[in-house]
Amino acid sequence: MSDTMTVAVPRGAMFSETLDLLEGLGRDVSAVRSNDRKLFFPEAGLITMRPSDVLTYVSSGVADLGITGKDVLMEHNGGGVYELFDLGYAACRMVVAAREQDREEVESRMRELGTLRVATKYPNVAKRYFAESGRQVEIVEVKGSVELAPVTGLADAIVDLTQSGATLSENGLVVLEDMSSSTARLVANRVSYNYRSDEIDEFLGEIRQHLNF
Amino acid sequence: MDFPGIPEGTKDALPEEMRALRQITDRLRHQFEQAEYGEVYTPTVERQSTLALGDRSIADGAFKLLDEHGEVLVFRPDMTIPIARVAASSFASQAPPLRLYYQAHTYRDEGGRPSEMLESGVELLGLAAPTGTVEVLGLLCGCLDAVGLLDYRIGIGDATIYPNLLASIVPDLDQRKRIMHELSTLDFVGLEREVRAADLSPQDAELLIELPRIRGSSAVLGQDLDPTATGLMQGLRKLDDSLPDTVRSRAIYDLGLCRRPGYYTGTIFEVYDPAWSGPVGGGGHYDDLLGRFGRLMPAVGFSLHIESLHGALYDEGRKK
Repeated sequence: MSDTMTVAVPRGAMFSETLDLLEGLGRDVSAVRSNDRKLFFPEAGLITMRPSDVLTYVSSGVADLGITGKDVLMEHNGGGVYELFDLGYAACRMVVAAREQDREEVESRMRELGTLRVATKYPNVAKRYFAESGRQVEIVEVKGSVELAPVTGLADAIVDLTQSGATLSENGLVVLEDMSSSTARLVANRVSYNYRSDEIDEFLGEIRQHLNF
Repeated sequence: MDFPGIPEGTKDALPEEMRALRQITDRLRHQFEQAEYGEVYTPTVERQSTLALGDRSIADGAFKLLDEHGEVLVFRPDMTIPIARVAASSFASQAPPLRLYYQAHTYRDEGGRPSEMLESGVELLGLAAPTGTVEVLGLLCGCLDAVGLLDYRIGIGDATIYPNLLASIVPDLDQRKRIMHELSTLDFVGLEREVRAADLSPQDAELLIELPRIRGSSAVLGQDLDPTATGLMQGLRKLDDSLPDTVRSRAIYDLGLCRRPGYYTGTIFEVYDPAWSGPVGGGGHYDDLLGRFGRLMPAVGFSLHIESLHGALYDEGRKK
C-alpha cells in the first residue's frame, strides 16, 4: 500500500467513461488523456491497465481501488476483493452464440455426442453456466477474437461478452442464450477497505453524488 | 531432464528463510509461554467425520486419504477443531479455563487451490466474552509487537449481528441465505440487489444495505441506529469498554465483517497490515463448538499465518 490512495483504471472499452467519471469527481486526468504510452501516474494516484488486470492489481494491494467489469469478477469468483458499487456504464451481456446455420447442429451434437465444444475467454463462467443447467461441455480457451472459433470450426458455440451484438452479427453469429449482464464495478482491496475506510467512503460518496444515486 | 516438482500450494524453505520464520515462531512461543499457555500438537490427519462436527464447509480440506477401513482422513484444515476435540477428551477432567497454543501446518482449499501454511495461535477455553476476548486480543497485539510488526490494525466484528438483524427483518429463509451469501463473498452490489428484491419497507432495506458498510474507530459503535441493530451491537460495545488502550488504538470496528469457517458465534477479528495484501491472521469466539464434542463451554482464539506475517515484516522493513 502506498502513501496516497491508488486507483486502477481500465484501458479499452471502459477507459473514456472511467476518465470522464474521475474528471467529474474533480480529479486531474489530463496527463492520462494526453499520454497513450505512459501507464503509471503516481502524482494522480492512477495506474492504467487492461480491465482483467485491474482485479490482480487490487487483490494484490498495489491499487487500493479499481474499476473493472462484472464479467472479470464473475470469471474469478469475486477475486477476493470488495465489490462496492455498480457504476452502470459499459453495459454488456454475457451470451451463448453460434452461427445462424448451426442452430440445429448445436442441438443435435448435444443430443448425440453428449457434449459441445465452446470457445471462450471466460472458461470459469462458461463451465459454471453449463454445469448449472446440467450440460457437459468441452471448453476451448482462446485469448482473443472468439467469433473466429465457430466460423472456422474450432468450436460449435461461444460464450462471450457483447455490447451491441454488432461484432457477433458481422461474423454471422446469433445469440442462443442470454446468460447474465455486466457493467463497470468499483472494487476495493480487503486491507485497504478497512485501513483507508475514510478515504474510500469519501470517494464512494463523491461517486454516488456525481451519478445521482 | 525433468525436475521432480512439489504438490501445488506447497513450498520448500531454505536456511535463510527458515531462520527468519523460526525467529518469528520463537518470539511468538515466548509470548504464549509467558502468558501461561501450554503447547499442544495433534495428528496431521483427522477423521473427516470429526472435522465435519466442527464445520462441514471445511471438512473437505485440501488433501485427503483413506485408511485401511475405508475411513476418510483429511489433512487438518485448521487447528481449532482438533484442539476442541482434545479439550473434550484428553483434558476432560481439567477445570477451565484451559490455555493452549500451537505451531503447526494446516492445509486449506483457498478458492479451488490447495494451500499448506504454517499457523501459530492460541485457544482460550472456558472464559466467556468479553473477558476471554480481551485476554486473547491483548495477547494478539503483544505477539505482533514482539515480532516487530509496526502498522497493523485489528478489524473487529461480530458474527451474530448481521444474521440476527436479517432474521428480525426477513422472514424467508432462502432470501436470508441469498443475502448472507452476497455479504460473505464481499459483494455489496449483490447484497443491495438481493435486499431490494426482498420487498421490505424502505427503512429496513436501507438498514440492511448500510449497516454492513459501517466501519471505523470506537465511535461507530455509538451511532444512532435502529433499536434492534443497537441492541445487537451491545456485545461489541461491552468489548470496546473493556479493551486496554493499546488494543483499542489498533481496532477498526467492521459491522459487515464475515469470517470462515462457520463455527464463530460472537466477536470475530482479522489482522491487517498495509504491507500485506490480505489478513495475516484472525480469530474469534466459537461458543458452540466444544459442545459438539461433549464439553460445552465458551471459547475464543486466534491464529497467525507465519509466512504472511514474515512477508509483511519484510515489506515493512524495506520501506523504513
